[in-house]
Amino acid sequence: MPGLIANANRVNDFVVKFANVNGTGSASANSLVMKAIFRMGVPVTGKNYFPSNIQGLPTWYEIRVTRDAYAARASQVDIMVAMNAETYSRDVRELSSGGYLIYDSTWPRSALLQRGDITVIAVPLAKLVNENFDGVRNRILLKNIAYAGVLAALIDVDLEVISALLTESYGKKPKLLDSNTKALRLGYDYVKQHLMSPLPLRVEHMDKTRGHIMIDGNTAAGLGCVYAGATVGAWYPITPSTSLMDAFKGFCERFRVDPKTGERNFAVLQAEDELAAVGMVLGASWNGARAFTPTSGPGISLMNEFVGLAYYAEVPCVIFDVQRVGPSTGMPTRTQQSDIMLCAYASHGDTRHVLLFPANPEECFYMAVQAFDIAERLQTPVFVMSDLDIGMNDWMCPDLQWDDAYRPDRGKILSQEELAGLEKFYRYVDRDDDAITYRTLPGSSPTGAFFTRGSGHNQYGGYTEDSAEYQVVLDRLKRKFISAPKYLPKPVMIGKGSSEVGIVSLGSCDGAIREALDVLGRQKIDVDYMRVKSFPFNNDVEVFLRTHSTIFVVEQNRDAQFRSLLTLETAVEKSKLNSILSYSGLPMSADPIVNEIRAKLAEAPRLSAVPRKL
Amino acid sequence: MSYINKPKVAHPSLPVNTLGMTRRQYEGSMSTLCAGCGHDSVTASIIEACWGLSLRPEQLVKLSGIGCSSKTTAYFVSGSHGFNSVHGRMPSIASGANAANRKLTYVGVSGDGDSLSIGIGQLVHAIRRNVNMLYLIENNGVYGLTKGQFSASADIGTKAKRGDVNSSPPIDPVLLALTLGATFVARSFSGDKAQLVPLIQAGLRHNGFALIDVLSPCVTFNDHEGSTKSYTYTREHYHAAVEADFVPLAQEIAVDYAVGESLPVSLHDGSQVILRKLDPDYDPTDRTAAYNYIGNKLKKNEYVTGLIHIDGSDSTEFHNLNHTAEAPLNSIPFEKLSPGRAALDQLMGRFR
Ligand SMILES: Cc1ncc(C[n+]2csc(CCOP(=O)(O)OP(=O)(O)O)c2C)c(N)n1
Ligand code: SF4
Ligand SMILES: [Mg+2]
Repeated sequence: MPGLIANANRVNDFVVKFANVNGTGSASANSLVMKAIFRMGVPVTGKNYFPSNIQGLPTWYEIRVTRDAYAARASQVDIMVAMNAETYSRDVRELSSGGYLIYDSTWPRSALLQRGDITVIAVPLAKLVNENFDGVRNRILLKNIAYAGVLAALIDVDLEVISALLTESYGKKPKLLDSNTKALRLGYDYVKQHLMSPLPLRVEHMDKTRGHIMIDGNTAAGLGCVYAGATVGAWYPITPSTSLMDAFKGFCERFRVDPKTGERNFAVLQAEDELAAVGMVLGASWNGARAFTPTSGPGISLMNEFVGLAYYAEVPCVIFDVQRVGPSTGMPTRTQQSDIMLCAYASHGDTRHVLLFPANPEECFYMAVQAFDIAERLQTPVFVMSDLDIGMNDWMCPDLQWDDAYRPDRGKILSQEELAGLEKFYRYVDRDDDAITYRTLPGSSPTGAFFTRGSGHNQYGGYTEDSAEYQVVLDRLKRKFISAPKYLPKPVMIGKGSSEVGIVSLGSCDGAIREALDVLGRQKIDVDYMRVKSFPFNNDVEVFLRTHSTIFVVEQNRDAQFRSLLTLETAVEKSKLNSILSYSGLPMSADPIVNEIRAKLAEAPRLSAVPRKL
Repeated sequence: MSYINKPKVAHPSLPVNTLGMTRRQYEGSMSTLCAGCGHDSVTASIIEACWGLSLRPEQLVKLSGIGCSSKTTAYFVSGSHGFNSVHGRMPSIASGANAANRKLTYVGVSGDGDSLSIGIGQLVHAIRRNVNMLYLIENNGVYGLTKGQFSASADIGTKAKRGDVNSSPPIDPVLLALTLGATFVARSFSGDKAQLVPLIQAGLRHNGFALIDVLSPCVTFNDHEGSTKSYTYTREHYHAAVEADFVPLAQEIAVDYAVGESLPVSLHDGSQVILRKLDPDYDPTDRTAAYNYIGNKLKKNEYVTGLIHIDGSDSTEFHNLNHTAEAPLNSIPFEKLSPGRAALDQLMGRFR
């Protein structure tokens, strides 16, 4: 696996995977281990592979301990904590050669342990827990904490750090704190007394997480909406976007409720479906509130008609699409970037939309704020294209920053005072010659009143079926879209800029690509990398595409949707664009990128070394 | 609002309301509906009602879906903002707009197709959410704009212009609203302005979702012999159970009502609706009784009209349940909305 150097020195550089049954409370034990490692100053990533189900199905959690702070999934497993009898044989198979298997030897499983290249660590967890605790549910929960103790001893996690975490969680409930501490020690002490520890794969204190947090993208985006001053959120529950609204609501309850009167400076509407959710956003935005809706692919499909209305009637609208695996219901708890084309051209007729592509939770926070500014500046829908990997997994990110000088860009809204000085107001007249027209808010004044409609309208806002009048508005909308990049985040460029070979990608592929660049770099393969952060594309994208002769487009869907968008919306020759696709539903890892680039360059060896002639 | 409305110069003999405005100043653009369409009469009643209430045009928000009926929001109060949305989805636009600013007055105009077929889900949920708005269904039993197909309110046995007979049972919006717990449910007829105007006024002032089902014949596709939504049929089967008089806050109750037949209901702003029961057995504040009464009359092919049910309490109105701030959400200063840097710095500790 790239990024992991073969077994010699595996301190702070390995992967632990937990195989659990969902609904058994394993998540808190797994995040306890992850947080403890993070607090030891060692970078970690956590990936949750969970079923679309509430109780009883297999679920996995993967912690990558990564001293180089790689954000991607590693495609190997060094330690398997196999706590699910049902997936046991599969979990054994998945373990990498030389790896360690931890299992509950209360029920010995010798028949299944037929791999000579792994080390099996047997701990009678259920027995230990049953001897020390009562109650069925209690025993299930504490067995999780006990395996966390086992693991802590094996990989040398600082026990004091874990104890501090437990105290923070249960400080106010001494009974729970006692039982959890006891369970942790049961596992920990068992290892210390009966087994050799620590393993060669172990954790050592570092200082690489200072100034960082562990946060998921939905929480960060929900927080961003609060900081952006959004007051109306409308939604219909759908995995993996639900926790975005949960976060918004939670933060609002903390920051937006008057402690004296209980009055709330926000409204969250749980709509009857996504059509209604986006309709509510349109109504609220049209009426001057910052409003948004989080959803996922199926919801976007339903929202199409309204998105077209927002585009044509020029109503600001912020939509978070936390993408999941399609088509149709697909795999709701797996990740993909497969709504790119759907969102770029959502709705019938000539429509094109602004897309933002966050690569991690940190960008979810900042892009949430930007999305409102852009939507109101351009008076159009803006899609924030997150995905399940970003939205629901915990990522290590720099502390979120806020500038108190920030004020929202509400775009061109005429105030009552400005309206008072006007003889007449026309909604769609391009007064400033920048393709963006003025709007007014209901309640302002009769002079500012206008009629919003999705039917054919002229620049005065009146109904029309006149071709020329219709085209005036439609052509201005096109100019507005073309001018959009100046309000949008520019691509991130990495590399010397002198290679003939380039990678173009977006969103959550970033971690895997950066790791792949390191691996390729060590093999003296020099590649430039451009991460696109928004659509419509700005000129930097054109230049990058023009100045690299072999380009790899990395994305997470089957049909190379991003590549299609590049070929449709830039001047690039199709044949220059090679796709590297990942659509398994698992977060992307560096392996396929390294392998495919190496294979392609081996076909055409001259590419790798020769510097680009400009 | 500091804006002072400057009335346009009006003929001195034209009556003005307390804002000094004439009825003409509550008009909108020219109607493009067929001559004689019931919807135009409803528009006239809305104009009369708003004028009579001395509503500031900018305080009114007009919302609609798609259909001949939904076009009419352009034909009244041109000084108000209007939002002609997509087919059947006006209630969600209204819900969002109302969430953003609870202080404005919202009127939605829809059709029986817009509300009872494609949009029935949104209608149902706007009622359930008790969004503070007046919702008018201009009910003609057909899809006017798409040339006369039966709508979901078409009665069994009613005949289409081309001869088809409808055999599916109708959805009655009044019964629907009653079962959903609507706090203001009325039915009227486009041709009965005297009844309709006070109903619109009361509906606009009611703090919560107010539904008025207005029988509004389509002269072009559903006004023939054999139709149960024609002018003639409606007049013949029209049964007024309760008349409503709307008494604004500032006005004295001048008319004398016979004891036992009148029932005053107070609205949240202090104005009153005086219900005159034409049928002494009828109690419009009793939802179950109202439901049974309407249902029985419908079986006899009688449209009961008037303010069929009212519940003056507004405890379940959306903002009251949400504890929304009194000031409109769209007016709250950014400084009060964004928690600021210090709060964010402190919050970071939660994620370590
Ligand atoms: C999504 C969608 N489907 C179909 C239509 C076509 N359409 C326009 S109006 C209408 C029916 C309107 O009927 P109703 O609400 O009763 O209004 P009326 O014209 O009778 O007043 C239909 C089906 C549309 N505009 N949008
Ligand atoms: S078609 Fe019917 S509903 Fe439409 S305008 Fe004509 S009469 Fe009115
Ligand atoms: Mg109709």
